[in-house]
Amino acid sequence: MTVVEESTGAVETAEDVAVVDRPTGGGTTLPDVVATSVPPNRLRTLSGFSRADLMNLVGALISSASITFLLFGVLAPLSGTLGFVVVAWLMFLVVYGLLVSLDDTRPVVVDKVMSAVMLSTALLAGIALFSVIFYTLAKGWGVLFRWNFYTQDMSTTGPTDPLSQGGIGHAILGTLIIIGIAIAITVPLGLAAAVFLNEVLNRFSQFVRTVVDAMTALPSILAGLFIFATWILILGFERSGLAAAIATSIMMLPIIIRSADVVLRLVPGNLKEASFALGAPQFRTVGNVTLPTARSGLATAVILGIARGIGETAPVLLTAGYTATINNDPLHNPMVTLSLSTYYFVKSPQQSLIQRGFATAAVLMILVLVLFFIARLLGGRQAGQLSSRQAKRVRARSRKDLARFDARHAPAEPTLAPAILGAEADALPPPPVPHQESSP
Amino acid sequence: MTVVEELAPGAPGPGALTKVRQGPPPEPRAPEPRRISNNRVKGDRVFLGSSYLSGLVVLFIMVAVGVFLTFEALDALRAQGASFLTTSEWETDRGKFGIASIMLGTGLVALVAVGVAMPIAMGTSLFITNIAPAKVRGFLVGMVDLMAAVPSIVYGLWGAYFFQGMAVNVARWINTWLGWMPWFSVNGADPSNPNGSLTVYTASIFVAGVVVALMVMPIQTSVMREVFSQVPIGEREGAYALGGTRWGVIRIVSLPFARGGIIGGTMLGLGRALGETIAVALILSASFDLKFRILESGGNTVSKLIADQYSEASGFGLSALFAAGLALFAITLIVNFTASWFVARSRSGAESDG
Repeated sequence: MTVVEESTGAVETAEDVAVVDRPTGGGTTLPDVVATSVPPNRLRTLSGFSRADLMNLVGALISSASITFLLFGVLAPLSGTLGFVVVAWLMFLVVYGLLVSLDDTRPVVVDKVMSAVMLSTALLAGIALFSVIFYTLAKGWGVLFRWNFYTQDMSTTGPTDPLSQGGIGHAILGTLIIIGIAIAITVPLGLAAAVFLNEVLNRFSQFVRTVVDAMTALPSILAGLFIFATWILILGFERSGLAAAIATSIMMLPIIIRSADVVLRLVPGNLKEASFALGAPQFRTVGNVTLPTARSGLATAVILGIARGIGETAPVLLTAGYTATINNDPLHNPMVTLSLSTYYFVKSPQQSLIQRGFATAAVLMILVLVLFFIARLLGGRQAGQLSSRQAKRVRARSRKDLARFDARHAPAEPTLAPAILGAEADALPPPPVPHQESSP
Repeated sequence: MTVVEELAPGAPGPGALTKVRQGPPPEPRAPEPRRISNNRVKGDRVFLGSSYLSGLVVLFIMVAVGVFLTFEALDALRAQGASFLTTSEWETDRGKFGIASIMLGTGLVALVAVGVAMPIAMGTSLFITNIAPAKVRGFLVGMVDLMAAVPSIVYGLWGAYFFQGMAVNVARWINTWLGWMPWFSVNGADPSNPNGSLTVYTASIFVAGVVVALMVMPIQTSVMREVFSQVPIGEREGAYALGGTRWGVIRIVSLPFARGGIIGGTMLGLGRALGETIAVALILSASFDLKFRILESGGNTVSKLIADQYSEASGFGLSALFAAGLALFAITLIVNFTASWFVARSRSGAESDG
C-alpha cells in the first residue's frame, strides 16, 4: 500500500513540473503540456473492512443461523449444541461465499471464504482454551473459596463428608516439595548442559545434543516406569516424594536443555567475539556476556519447563504413591501432588469428591497460569534489552569500573566517576587520557 | 603475472632502477602459518571441565534410561518373539500378550488427534502470520503458548465431563450417516432409534483423540507459525504486486515454501499425541479388541496400559510393560526424528533479496 501512495505522489510532482512555463529559447520547443485533471489513483484496499464487507458478514451470519434453526427444528431432527454449531458454520461459509460473489470476482470470493475459515480456526482454538479454563474454574468454584480447602488434608475426611471439611493442603505441600527438588536437579544441570552444547563445539557435544533431542520424545510415563523399576523395585527404596521428583526431573531435563540451548544460540556472536577480543577467557565471556544477555530467555525456558513439570501426572502416578495425610518428608512415605490427587478424586463416583477434583485441578491450573504469565513478562524483552532498573545497575557498575581505573592509573587525580553516562558529563572538562603509555 | 624486481644501484641496466621482468614468477615462499595456540587459563580449564561433566551426566542419564528400557524389555520380548507384535490380548500370567491392539489404539488416538489438530493449527498459524493485525497477533501467540502450558489432567477433566457430553451427539450423527464406512460403524448402536442409548458412543477413541488434539495443536501451531513467518518477504510482496489476493499469496508462496515445516510440525504433534497418558486414561475405557471402530466405546493405548497395570505387574509382567513402552518409544523416536528432518530441510532461514 505504501508503494501505491508513493506513486500517487510522483504523479502530482510530474503535474507540477508540467505546468511551469519553460523559456523556449534555442532550438527545442517544448510542447505546451496541458495540465489534464488526472483522477487520483484509487488505492486498492488489501486489508481493512468496508461497509459492504460488514453487510455481507452480518447477512451471512443471520441467514446461516436461520437456515440451521430450520434444519434442526423442522427438517432433520438432530440434537446437540456441537452439531448445531458445526452446521451453522458450514452454512455461514456457503452463504457468505454467495453474498460476496454477487459483486466480486472468483479470486476475491475464495480469498474471503478462506480468510473466514482461518479466522474461525483461530476462534475455535480460543474458544476451546477458554472453555477448558472456565469449565474447570466453574466446577470447582464452590470449593475454591473455603479456607479449609487449602489448609487441611483428607486424612479424616470421608467421601461423603461435606465440603466444609478436608482439603488439599497435603497435595499443595507435596507439589511444592516435589517440584522444588526437581528444580534443584534440573535447572543447574540443564543450564550447564545447554552452556556445554553451545560453548563446546565438537563431535561429542553434537552427540549429546542428538541424544537430548531423542529424549524429548520419551513418553513421560516411561520416565515414571524407569524410576519405578530402578529406584523402587531394584534399589528397594519406598515410594516417596524424592522418587517422584527424580522421575519428573528425567522428564523435564530434555525440555529445559532444549529450550535453553535455543535461547543461548540466539546470543549475538559479535558480543562474544568482542569479549574474546578484549582478552577475556571463555568462562568470563560465558559468565559476563553470554548468560546475562540471554537471561530473560533462559528464565522463560526454565519457567515453562517448570510449568510442564508441575502439571505432569504420569511420572508421579507411578512413583509417589498415594496418601491423604500431610507428609513433609520427601524421603519416606508416599507423597501426592495436585495433579495426582485430581486424578484420584475424579475416579471416585462421589459428586463431592469430583467437585474437589475440579477445584484441585483449578488450583493447579492457576499455579501454571501464574508461572506462565511470569514467563511472558520476563520473556517479553529481546536478549540484551534492559529494563530501566537493569540499565541503572549497568550504569552504576560502569561508574564503579571507571573509578577503579582512575584509581589505578592516576591516584592523584580527582575521581571522574560520575562523569560517565550522566547528564553532567557536558558540564565537566574533558577527562585526561589515563593511558598515556599506550598512545603512539 | 608481473613481478617488479628491485635492482641494486649500479647493476647492468638501461639507467632504470627497476625493470619489469616478464615470465614465470619465482617460486613463492610458502607463508609460514601463524601458530594459534590456546593457553587456557585455570578458570577456563575448570569451566570446560565442569561443562564436559554436565554434558556427560546428562548423556549418562539419557542413555541409562534408554539402555535400561531395552534391557528390561528383553525378557518379555524373548519369551514372546514375533507374536508380541501380533497378539491382541494382554494376559502376562498366561504368557499370552502382545501389542497389536494397544498399538493400533495408540495409533488411532494419535491419528484422530492429528487429523483434528492439524487443520486448526494450520488455519491458526496462517491467520497469525498473514491476516491478523499486529495487536491481535501478540494476543493469539500468547494464547497458543498458554494452551501448551495447561496441564494435561485439566484437558482430561474437561474432555471426560464436558466435551464428551457434546461429542456423543456428533458421534451418533456420524454413525447414522457415515456408518457404512467400517471405521465409523459401532457395534450395538441402533441408528434407527433416535432415542437410543448414547453410552455406546462414550469413552471412545474419537473422544480421547479430540481431547488429545487440543494438547498437540499448540505445538503444531508454533512450529508452523515459525516456518510461515520465515517466508521471504520479497516473494510475498512480489505476489501482492502482481495482484494476488491474500489467499492467493498464501497458496502460491507461503504453502509451498513452508511444506517441510507443515509436515514436520504435524509429525511433532503426532509424536506428542502418541505418548499422552493421563487425559486418555481418564476418558478411554480399557478394551483389548483389535478394532478400527473409532466411535465405539472402549480402546487402549500403551501409556494407558502402563498406567493401569504397573501396580499389579511383577517381574515378568513388568518386563512386558517395558516391552510395550519400548515399542512406543521407538515409534515416537522415529516420528520425532523424521519431523526434525523435515523441519530442518524446509527452506528455513533462506533469504531472498527483497
